[in-house]
Amino acid sequence: MPGTLIYAEVQKGEIKKGSFEVTSKAKELGGEVAACIIGSGVEALAPELAKYGADKIYVVDGPEYENYVPEAFVQAFAQVAAQVNPSVILASATAQGKDLTPAIAARLKAGAISDCVDLTKDGDKVVAKRPMYAGKAYALVVANADPQVISVRPNSFTATENAGAGAVEKVAVSLDTAKIKTTVKSLELAESDEPDQTEAEIIVSGGRGMKGPENFAMLEELAKLFGPTATTGASRAAVDAGWREHSYQVGQTGKTVSPNLYIACGISGAIQHMAGMGTSKVIVAINKDAEAPIFTKADYGVVDDLFNVVPALINEIKKVKG
Amino acid sequence: MKQVPDTETLIKVAGAGIVTDGIKWVMSSFDEFAVEEALQQKEKMKAGAVTIVSLGPDRAIEAIRTGLAMGADTAIHINDSAYYGTADPFATAAVLAAAIKDLDYDCVFLGKQAIDDDSGQVPAMVGELLGIPVITQVIKLEVAADKSKATVTREVEGGHAILEVALPAVFSAQKGLNEPRYASLPGIMKAKKKPVDVKTAADLGIDAGPATTIKEMSLPPARQAGKIIAGDDAAAKAAALAKALHEEVKII
Repeated sequence: MPGTLIYAEVQKGEIKKGSFEVTSKAKELGGEVAACIIGSGVEALAPELAKYGADKIYVVDGPEYENYVPEAFVQAFAQVAAQVNPSVILASATAQGKDLTPAIAARLKAGAISDCVDLTKDGDKVVAKRPMYAGKAYALVVANADPQVISVRPNSFTATENAGAGAVEKVAVSLDTAKIKTTVKSLELAESDEPDQTEAEIIVSGGRGMKGPENFAMLEELAKLFGPTATTGASRAAVDAGWREHSYQVGQTGKTVSPNLYIACGISGAIQHMAGMGTSKVIVAINKDAEAPIFTKADYGVVDDLFNVVPALINEIKKVKG
Repeated sequence: MKQVPDTETLIKVAGAGIVTDGIKWVMSSFDEFAVEEALQQKEKMKAGAVTIVSLGPDRAIEAIRTGLAMGADTAIHINDSAYYGTADPFATAAVLAAAIKDLDYDCVFLGKQAIDDDSGQVPAMVGELLGIPVITQVIKLEVAADKSKATVTREVEGGHAILEVALPAVFSAQKGLNEPRYASLPGIMKAKKKPVDVKTAADLGIDAGPATTIKEMSLPPARQAGKIIAGDDAAAKAAALAKALHEEVKII
């Protein structure tokens, strides 16, 4: 029976956690689970996918896949998809996943459902739950025909080890280079290994109450104390003031995030911001204005000056961690 | 370009859609960046024309007029309930691509996502259907003087990628690309006289229909206010919060 084909994304020589999450979920939903890795020198990563449930791993390996070029990756993945003929195509809704999956769907003339937070099975159909209006509402969506192309928001599922058969097949893709009209000139990646806000498990976020760009240093220090799965974020007010780059913005015109812990410092909690972080498992708000709307949604509220609370919190956490 | 509910809107659901009574409709914010970028490129080139293409019901004409008032020259309004009502990215991309393919164009700009459906899939689909390259999440764009290619900066996780792409191409606009202008009063007056071509999907030769179906819509579970941490001063509250994060949330 045609099963699921997963797009397994490689970054910095490793398969991304979100790809394991969707592999795990595919295994749980049942049927044959296949995965496809595209990259340069990526064959050795295949067994990792088997651990999380992949029965078959298709490897497209070559120097031409060193960097993500949409046209090349779309061609390669579409050829693997044509060979596998899956009923479902799954990817993690990372920047790359969001770029690749709609192009694949259009090429296959298939229904595509993006940025889902839950998947269930109804017969042969995957019923995908996805936020709309930046999380102010949820829709249950199905694709009308196979393949059903679905991307899943990172952190929506737990990656659980549950081994699949793990057969590896190298696929020779015929790349039509005349159709590749994009070249990557350079990649400017930040030095830090901070996760992207959409993938982070802990986010320490600052708003208008931060008063200036220099004060974000203490939020970065606090985030660092939580370890490598933590990062910082910002409200639209802080971004529009020029204190933080837009890539940090959480909310309706920024990123929608769903971490285990969201610490909002000096953020009042406008409806657009709350929409972007409302599904966080635990929300902490630190704000001197007791009337700030964010306190109506926060699990823990601290009504006080963040410039006193945050440094004290940093000290306390250092103590707890010994 | 898509007309969407203003971001202040409190969403109420009804069956497989939302309650539209009392909604203030505006141009989707990422589409404002797209329109602005098209206008800036035209101004830099001192040549060319900007065409707004929008799929939506009668009311979408207001957002189309906003784009024309910002400075766009003409518009195509695909007013077809079989398409705008479905919220299906593939059907949307199919009609947009069909409307665009017969135009004489160098760049197609779209917002990186519409801020109602948040699908973010239409730009890549439009490019695929037109058979031209797509660069999503663009924050900087420089078009070569001979219009043969563009150098593009796009947002990727943890940084930026700089790409070179042959034109024509599709670009999806991310916040940061530019500062959208406001429509001026003379602009608004002029916009009233600019041509808007109204079409149906059938006029464009499209009969694909939607590829996905929304079965049901719901609201997220309401979050309850939790506890306010008590303490004599900021240090005491911070200590209590750290304790809660350690013992209750078990995160430290």
